[in-house]
Amino acid sequence: MIQVARRSLLSIEHLQAPEILALLKLARRMNPLKPRPLLRGKRVILLFYEPSTRTRASFEVAAKSLGAITTLIQASGSSIEKGESLLDTGYTLRAIGADAIVIRHPCAGAPHLLASHLDVPVINAGDGMHEHPSQALLDAYTILRYKKTFKGLQVAIIGDIYHSRVARSAIHLLSKFGVKIILCGPPELLPDVATTLATGVRVTRHLEEAVRGTDVIMLLRVQKERLAGLKIKLSDYIARYQMTPARLKLAKRDAIVMHPGPIIRGLELSGEVADSPQSKILEEVQNGVPTRMAILARAVGKAR
Amino acid sequence: MKSRSCLIRGGHVIDPAARIDAPMDLLLRDGRVAEIATPNKIRGGADEKFDARGLIVSPGFIDLHVHLREPGQSHKETIATGTAAAAAGGFTSICCMPNTSPVVDSPQWVSWLRQPERGAMLNVFPIAAATRASKGAVITDFRELQRAGAVAITDDGKPILSDDIMREALRQSADIDLTIVQHAEDTRATQGCSMNDSPTAFRLGLRGMKASAEASIVDRDVQLAQQFPGARLHVAHLSTADALKAVRRGKRSKAHVTCEVTPHHFTLTDESVGEYDSNFKMNPPLRSASDREALIVGLADGTVDAIATDHAPHALHEKLVEFERAPFGITGLETALALAITRLHRQHAIPLSRIVELFTSGPARVFGLRGRGSLARGSFADVTIFDPKKRWRFEASKSLSKSHNTPFDGWQFIGKAVVTIVGGELVYRSQ
Repeated sequence: MIQVARRSLLSIEHLQAPEILALLKLARRMNPLKPRPLLRGKRVILLFYEPSTRTRASFEVAAKSLGAITTLIQASGSSIEKGESLLDTGYTLRAIGADAIVIRHPCAGAPHLLASHLDVPVINAGDGMHEHPSQALLDAYTILRYKKTFKGLQVAIIGDIYHSRVARSAIHLLSKFGVKIILCGPPELLPDVATTLATGVRVTRHLEEAVRGTDVIMLLRVQKERLAGLKIKLSDYIARYQMTPARLKLAKRDAIVMHPGPIIRGLELSGEVADSPQSKILEEVQNGVPTRMAILARAVGKAR
Repeated sequence: MKSRSCLIRGGHVIDPAARIDAPMDLLLRDGRVAEIATPNKIRGGADEKFDARGLIVSPGFIDLHVHLREPGQSHKETIATGTAAAAAGGFTSICCMPNTSPVVDSPQWVSWLRQPERGAMLNVFPIAAATRASKGAVITDFRELQRAGAVAITDDGKPILSDDIMREALRQSADIDLTIVQHAEDTRATQGCSMNDSPTAFRLGLRGMKASAEASIVDRDVQLAQQFPGARLHVAHLSTADALKAVRRGKRSKAHVTCEVTPHHFTLTDESVGEYDSNFKMNPPLRSASDREALIVGLADGTVDAIATDHAPHALHEKLVEFERAPFGITGLETALALAITRLHRQHAIPLSRIVELFTSGPARVFGLRGRGSLARGSFADVTIFDPKKRWRFEASKSLSKSHNTPFDGWQFIGKAVVTIVGGELVYRSQ
């Protein structure tokens, strides 16, 4: 087994619950409005092989709030276009003096490959259908702002779970704290094998069943292109799985609605739900910055 | 030991084709088996003598499924390096796949593979493409390919999906007694997949190939083969319980259906992929534990005809990429016997004679290789001598193959080839 740089963040699956709690505690001490120079002079490279708005901007703001120098490298306009391999790109960035590499990549496992060959911390900003650890951490951060503890919580995750790295990371994280997780979606987007991912996971095909009495509703984006290849029609999906005010009423009165974005109003959720007081969708984006400050501080800085 | 005659004394001969499993001496002369007799009965001298006490003397091993990468991909392997690795694994004959660059789809390329300039250390039997450039559209001239030396026909790596082409291939197979090898995969259902459809694939976020994509093609092929008495259908690297069932059905019917299983499929499961180790990525992929158990049953009960390696070398830089982008395939020539003895014989109590059969008379029958796979008098003097009790550690860095993409680096094994003799000449002797 090749050693992964100690402070890389590649997945939630391989984090221990105490490590997650420590990160969340550190995130609560971070405030983007009160910069702390924990990363002064450090070079954080944002290596993005896929388009991204919030994750990229969030990591960049987080790094700069800690005093780091950031450089963005995207697939187009770099040597990646000329056919440079992932590892050669990694070696090049190390030679330039990278102190950390934040990577977004369409292939599952790409951050793991990079981390196992570089002595530089690697932070997974989303790899294929695999994981999106910083999203799961900021979601946990958001949940804990409204719920005192994970203990006894029930979370419904609804939508295209099969293709979702957000769902995989969230399931791993919540499962580590004994949260009851109910997954809901059509079989094409939610195969039964999903229950094997972690303990405490159940699958239902009925939205009402998933939502009833739940504390947290996590919605996932549904890509129209993905539905196109499947048996399910868009109108059927909306009829069966769209989050509407009537369905939201089935959840606990203080239930919160979450979504990693970008949202498509009228598809996975109605406009009313998106704008309701129970919706914490924009707050998630906001919480992304202190969470990622904590991730970067753990990876590069001295803060513990 | 470049000599005209060689006496192998004191060994235990296992020759399933001749129903021999006893202490025997063996005399090779002028490239043929001259005599096989109970100990100390062979009279007269020999230019060379080999003491095989404590060792198994077997017909030379035959591998039905090897990628030698020539022509065109000699950075991965050459016929010289591939056959050197094969000799170290105890093989005396290997059949090479046509998915090279260019594809071996003409008599000229078949002849080219057999030229002495290629530097083969042992018998190389080319398998030629079923369709031009293996594109699945225009069928090749099987008769001409056979005349040039092709021992079978396949579009390996690219299955023959078209019913019409497969039907025509099997029809011709019946006419000229040439085996059609099918890589059974419905590629319409496996787009973008890099491992078996399984909990591990879901966990890693990788698209999974379903077992049904293999079984459905085997099913169809068996049904087509039944329409042409005398057609020979061989299922390459069979990997699932359902496909094995389809082969069993075919064998019960009048169809001539055979199949091979690789050492990695009877040893590993999809869980071994671990954290995106591309040395565990091959096609067909590693399957579930229940598939593996079914294959072991098939290997024991005779449903499976041969163990074949699907030796598929790739350069390090080709494999050291994102898992989904890494090419399929692993090396296997030097670990096949050791895996068979360690896993099948020691762990699952399959008799050594059955294992020898799977490496010798089994594969010889699949392609109809006359004079191979047996030590009966008059056979080619291809002999594998192995130590079924030898404990050793495989190190990929010491492999004779040009590539080291193996999942078995550092594995402890029981059983190793000691001497490999091809046409009466020693081509390998272990240190």
